[in-house]
Amino acid sequence: MKAKTTSKTTYQIPIGPIHPALKEPVMFEFEIDGEKIVDVDVTLGQVHRTIEWTGMRRNPIQILYLAERICGICSYCHPMAFALAVERVAGIEVPERADYLRVIHAELERICSHILWAGVAAHEIGFDSVLFFTWQIREKALDLTEYLTGNRVTKAITMIGGVRRDITKDMYPMIHETMNYFKDNFEKLRHIYLDDKTFKMRSQGCGILTKEDALKLCACGPTTRASGVKKDVRLDQPYFAFGDLDFDYVTPDVLTGEVNGDVYDRIIVRLLEVKQSIDLIEQCLDKIPAGDIVSEPKIPKLLATLKKAKGEGIGRMEAPRGEVFHYVKLTEQEAPYSWKVRAPTYNNILPWIPMLRGEQIADIPIVAASTDPCMSCTNRVAVVDNGKKYALNKEELHRMSVEKTRRLMA
Amino acid sequence: MTKQLTPEEIVKSFKDEFKIKIKDTRIEKHIAGTKKNELIHIWMSVDRSVFKNVVKHLMTLEKYPHLAVTSGYDMGKTIELVYHFSIYFGVRYREISLNITVELPKSNPTIETITDLIPGALITEQEKQEMLGIKVKGIPKDERVFLSDDFPKGVYPWRKDETGPEKMVRNLHEVKK
Repeated sequence: MKAKTTSKTTYQIPIGPIHPALKEPVMFEFEIDGEKIVDVDVTLGQVHRTIEWTGMRRNPIQILYLAERICGICSYCHPMAFALAVERVAGIEVPERADYLRVIHAELERICSHILWAGVAAHEIGFDSVLFFTWQIREKALDLTEYLTGNRVTKAITMIGGVRRDITKDMYPMIHETMNYFKDNFEKLRHIYLDDKTFKMRSQGCGILTKEDALKLCACGPTTRASGVKKDVRLDQPYFAFGDLDFDYVTPDVLTGEVNGDVYDRIIVRLLEVKQSIDLIEQCLDKIPAGDIVSEPKIPKLLATLKKAKGEGIGRMEAPRGEVFHYVKLTEQEAPYSWKVRAPTYNNILPWIPMLRGEQIADIPIVAASTDPCMSCTNRVAVVDNGKKYALNKEELHRMSVEKTRRLMA
Repeated sequence: MTKQLTPEEIVKSFKDEFKIKIKDTRIEKHIAGTKKNELIHIWMSVDRSVFKNVVKHLMTLEKYPHLAVTSGYDMGKTIELVYHFSIYFGVRYREISLNITVELPKSNPTIETITDLIPGALITEQEKQEMLGIKVKGIPKDERVFLSDDFPKGVYPWRKDETGPEKMVRNLHEVKK
């Protein structure tokens, strides 16, 4: 750990590496005064997997399956953003039907991700019964994903120029049934997250990100929308069939009439987005035109076209956590000359600093989780107090968070 | 709020301001969906000497331009960086992506920081330093981000020359356990 000057009354605690998403595990170094966080420093990159380097040695079709493995939750957004970039370089036109199918899969992924997040957030503050309830709902979303794509997590549905599997009329009843199941449970979820007194105590006024900070630090996704910034690639620059559908930006003032930019607002945004996604899927099923699902079904022919392509392109997509950004440069070679992947958490790391400043140690889990990073690696936490080092692990931190909830409830 | 310019007007405003320092420009229009709405991507290549002023000029069009990320690649004699901005978000169909390419000679691969204008650029500038071996002048946190501290110095993973990572690569099928 880096030596840092701290004043007599403060001490340092490093927390990490946390695994926020993609290849960005992160390490926090906190300067603490008693229980209060005075300053935060963020260090990244404990498990860099060289995905981009590997990709520059593979052909675009192989990269689709590599990109799918960047993140387990956004296993659809990454290959799709890559496909968008490549299609733009090579001038491949996507059939209209495929545009609609792509929306359905994207929104189903959003439902999966947001409900998963809701469960994790509940767990962080000690509501494990809510965790089980939300993940029970998510199970239905995974079943539908399996029904539509053949896989539950890595969906393998993306193809450059379209998608790999069609959704036929006989599949509609299952989709409608699942959407109705979500709608039936939505009111219950809303009541738990937005009306519960303890939830409000832990989340209101906590982890605030102001609108100005969100803009300056280039935050994206629900994190920035909860601070009142209208930024959503689906609407700003509609790709797929999003331009044909009827929906609007989700900011917390839609529900409460005000924007605070706290954890509570981030919960509101995600919950409303689940409802929006259900609506978007239903709109797609109504409006979907007949036609092809992929522009070139023969893979060797497609690869030959891509080998002749030259130029650079970008693919932008609104993933559940924010904008996924892929840049591709092709130079008439088998493999791309350059490939840059930018996951949403990359931009949502710096906003953690103003969010965490002034909060308590026990708030770290819920504030860090409120931007929806993958927390799977939060296992090692060490506290340095006057040069003596002792370790705080994830369980300990979690216990402190739960105790704070209990204190507030008492 | 200032008036929104059309893509052609945006390119023109940069050309008027910086004349020959703005090299290639192109406006890409892509269509999506049954309504065939247009997506606009502007690409612009600018000279290194005016790069920071270009970003300042961009900030007169939109107070807080969003910087998605900076891409970069090794072109042999030069290193090229591509700054991916987007402006006019918040109104449906109106957002424009602006990709600004800057060429740095390998003999002197330096560029000025823009973190004083856009604080959110910090991580991507740090990443370009360690991955491409460039130097960002005035960067507030001159440290590695993604590479670990024990990764050898002087090896830059995205370089395609002798400072690249090729010699560190071991193919599993060639290595006996």
